[in-house]
Amino acid sequence: MKNRSLVSIDDFSTQEIIKILDLSEEFEKEPTRKLLEGKVIATLFFEPSTRTRLSFESAISRLGGKIVGFSDASSSSVSKGETLNDTIKTVNNYCDLIVMRHPIEGSARFASEIATVPVINAGDGANQHPTQTLLDLYSIRKTQGTLDNLNIFMVGDLKYGRTVHSLMMAMARWNTTFNFISPVELRMPDEYKLYLDNIGLKYYEHTDFTDIISKADIIYMTRVQRERFSDPIEYEKVKNVYVLRNTMLKNTKPNMRILHPLPRVNEIHTDVDKNPKAYYFEQALNGVYTRQAILCSLLGIK
Amino acid sequence: MRKGRIMKEPKQLSVSAIQNGTVIDHVPANTLFKVIQILGLDHIDNQITFGTNLESKKLGRKAIIKISGIYFEDEDINRIALVAPEAKLNIIKDYEVVEKRVVEVPDSITGIAKCMNPKCITNFESVTTKFKVVSKKNVALKCLYCEKITTQENLQII
Repeated sequence: MKNRSLVSIDDFSTQEIIKILDLSEEFEKEPTRKLLEGKVIATLFFEPSTRTRLSFESAISRLGGKIVGFSDASSSSVSKGETLNDTIKTVNNYCDLIVMRHPIEGSARFASEIATVPVINAGDGANQHPTQTLLDLYSIRKTQGTLDNLNIFMVGDLKYGRTVHSLMMAMARWNTTFNFISPVELRMPDEYKLYLDNIGLKYYEHTDFTDIISKADIIYMTRVQRERFSDPIEYEKVKNVYVLRNTMLKNTKPNMRILHPLPRVNEIHTDVDKNPKAYYFEQALNGVYTRQAILCSLLGIK
Repeated sequence: MRKGRIMKEPKQLSVSAIQNGTVIDHVPANTLFKVIQILGLDHIDNQITFGTNLESKKLGRKAIIKISGIYFEDEDINRIALVAPEAKLNIIKDYEVVEKRVVEVPDSITGIAKCMNPKCITNFESVTTKFKVVSKKNVALKCLYCEKITTQENLQII
């Protein structure tokens, strides 16, 4: 994978994904190593994303790498009207790898064409966020011991949720059964369901999940945002339907784990946090190991 | 109009046959100049004649282009499939039609089409658009940048 970019999860073959997950496991055992000593990594955050940026910077710092970059566009030359093309061409001279977050879709692919160093897409608008997908896969494999034949429940905003789309497409490689739980307005888009139909995977759609979660191996929660509804009354009707509470977890499988890309607002009640099935904070920690694995793979160090 | 003029031998403007080259027929009249642009015919020195707003049962109004001394590779000519899907090519050698060809929507499209996603990088910076053709019958193009699909109804030619 040396000198490749990671723009979309589809850029990696199943074997390559497994290699990243195996390597992440190694980093989990020993996260502090001087593998990136002497390397300079640029973290270009054209829009703020504190969690993703800190996770990357923590991953880099623990491996002894140096970081240059900015955490929002107002502190970069973009505010002076510089094109992305010029920013990337310039930064390319200063570093060994670029991590980029940008609000415009396709910007990461564009940057990867311009740069001679590898580019890691840390989110390009509503399009892709492959390192999130890889850390989700890592969390699923770690908690379930396998990626094969799992039953995954995706809950909340399935229409606009970039993370659920990428995760669904990735998990479709391992014979997953999907349960999609969302308000009618925020259903999984047809193109994704069509994809599952074409490859012959089963999926079920629901508008409520209280009675069915006993079958779940993974519950992947996302936030239902008020601004997604054209009619505020519709939001008021559904806002409490997609909230996970500790009492609902009574009959769930012992191996079941709850994931969430974070930030959480109210969709997982805080009373769930103490339940051993709550896994979202460990999931965030796994992001550091996964990003260490990705960085080292693309730099050809591991 | 003066009477005397009608009596004269009518002046006829004929688009003459070509000796060697390509005739592109059944081009929709409203995309003639796009076809010229896509094939780069506005930048070559060869003799070119074209007629437009000609009657056509199939297209309503069609255009025809005759290019002297040029034969197109499939790969090049297929680039016009988005704007002239019904186009037919006559390959002329020594005034004779030696081959007839139709255009086919290619597997990928570079330039020509605009990505319909207003948030796509190709609509912000000077980037040549690139698409994978995911459906040929009802043309659907997947942008290689933002990964969104542009469908036939929303297709805009740059």
